[in-house]
Amino acid sequence: MPEKLLNKTACTLSPLGDSAIVITFGNGMEYSVHKKIKLLKDLLEDEPFAGFIECVPAYTNLTVFYDPLVIYKEQNKSNGNETISPFEVVRSILEMKLQDLKEDKKLIHRTVTIPVCYGYEYGPDLEYVARYNDLTTDEVIHIHSTGEYLAYMIGFAPGFPFLGGLSENIATPRRSSPRMTIPAGAVGIAGMQTGVYPISTPGGWQLIGQTPTKLFLPNVNPPSLLQAGDIVKFHPITDQEYKEMILKEGIQ
Amino acid sequence: MSLRVIKPGLLTSIQDLGRKGFKQHGVIVSGAMDAHSLRIANMLVGNEEGEAALEITLMGPTIKVEKNCLISITGGNLSPTLDNKVVPMWKPILVKNGSILRFEGCKSGCRAYLTVAGGFAIPEIMESKSTYLRAGIGGYMGRALKADDVLQFNEPSKNLDDRTFKGSFSFPKWFVNEKEFMPGGKPHIRFIDGSQYEYFTDSSKDSFVERLFKVSNQSDRMGYRISGPALKLKDNGELLSEAVTNGSVQVPPDGNPIILLSDSQTTGGYPKIAQVITADLPIIAQVKPGESIQFSRVNLKEAERLFLQKERQLKELKVSISLALKKWLDI
Repeated sequence: MPEKLLNKTACTLSPLGDSAIVITFGNGMEYSVHKKIKLLKDLLEDEPFAGFIECVPAYTNLTVFYDPLVIYKEQNKSNGNETISPFEVVRSILEMKLQDLKEDKKLIHRTVTIPVCYGYEYGPDLEYVARYNDLTTDEVIHIHSTGEYLAYMIGFAPGFPFLGGLSENIATPRRSSPRMTIPAGAVGIAGMQTGVYPISTPGGWQLIGQTPTKLFLPNVNPPSLLQAGDIVKFHPITDQEYKEMILKEGIQ
Repeated sequence: MSLRVIKPGLLTSIQDLGRKGFKQHGVIVSGAMDAHSLRIANMLVGNEEGEAALEITLMGPTIKVEKNCLISITGGNLSPTLDNKVVPMWKPILVKNGSILRFEGCKSGCRAYLTVAGGFAIPEIMESKSTYLRAGIGGYMGRALKADDVLQFNEPSKNLDDRTFKGSFSFPKWFVNEKEFMPGGKPHIRFIDGSQYEYFTDSSKDSFVERLFKVSNQSDRMGYRISGPALKLKDNGELLSEAVTNGSVQVPPDGNPIILLSDSQTTGGYPKIAQVITADLPIIAQVKPGESIQFSRVNLKEAERLFLQKERQLKELKVSISLALKKWLDI
């Protein structure tokens, strides 16, 4: 497996098949790792190389997708070398980019506040989460809505944020039997994670509330309300406010 | 200008080459499972290679053709007929207004592709016409086809209204040699090491290439669940979610691998033992539940070489089809 440790920024580069390359900066959920991923992503998007498709951030790594055919054609323009490896070409481009990575640069985070109607029929597991943690439901709401969460990555479903930063005081294991359908907009807890379901899917998370905000916007670019690197805050709203916002958002 | 669906078949959906550049937002790629067959079917009717087609699964639909048109059917052989006469595949076919297209059953492969000259008049969402079944967007109303759906297509570059027909359809003598794209026989799939290949025990790595893996009934456009000797990790550590892609072979704790395909999630947290090479993804698309797969390990350099070889082959094919098609239509 081709791998290389760089002098400047410690990371490894390895292939994900013949059309993608993974740059790994660490092995845990850490802000310093997230920062390097975000810096490299911005650098690549500001000056994309020929054949660059996109990059997908995760907790510990960034996966860069490329079109090997474009890279091959691009290389053959300059030298008629048929034995060129698109992977090697992308790797050397990335190594150069990594040299330019300014690790002392501060990340600018966008803050997105998501209104949540906690409890009632919107959060059928709120009471369970409270009981599990020896708290009142109001305390759970307070803890959840005063936290600041970092979106490390978007995945699993369109617009679904993987959020870090949940207080361990309200951490609760997944339900033993998953629900067949969880409605779009459901706000849940699973272990040390919290998140919002952008589309209706089956799932095992403990549901504590519901947001009227749409997280997946297929007709907008970008189609995800949240991006990796965003700071997410939850703001409690009443049942009445929820209903008014739903009307405004035009959701049925 | 339309095709009217009389019976929808098992799973018939609009697919092109998928959405590129939206994985970072959690949006799956979608698109044809067998991209080579889709591209060839488009070449055969003079469309852009990535134009949308009908992806037809195992049991095909019944469709009424409501205007003279030029179509092509490639991929798995699901026994297409027009007005009860066998229609040859891997060729352009001129079809007369009013003809009924049927699929009589699966002879080989699993998915067929039907293209029409001009392309389907379907709006793009996120730069693609592909149906994203789970999210209910793209394609025809975000879903698989149903009876009474009417699929409009765009005006083809060549007017076909004044064509006269002896029967329901006509076609040229020449055809694409499908053997090069539908190898047949036991499915043989090549892979390069997955990102967590080294996490697996030596005996699991050996079994993966030495034994056959059977495609289970729980296999669809999202992924194929395959079973064989259980694959085990050296240490049971937790893996954090990271990007996955078409062809990633994930192994959940039960040891039975899942080959992720066109509709797979964008990220996953199971260790990946293998990554199917791009050149062989269309082969998997034509494997039916119940069939067995033989895997073999190649290095990245070989995967890249096979990819470029296939692309070169497709490029040459495009040139020769384009010439032959012009000649045939102008007669």
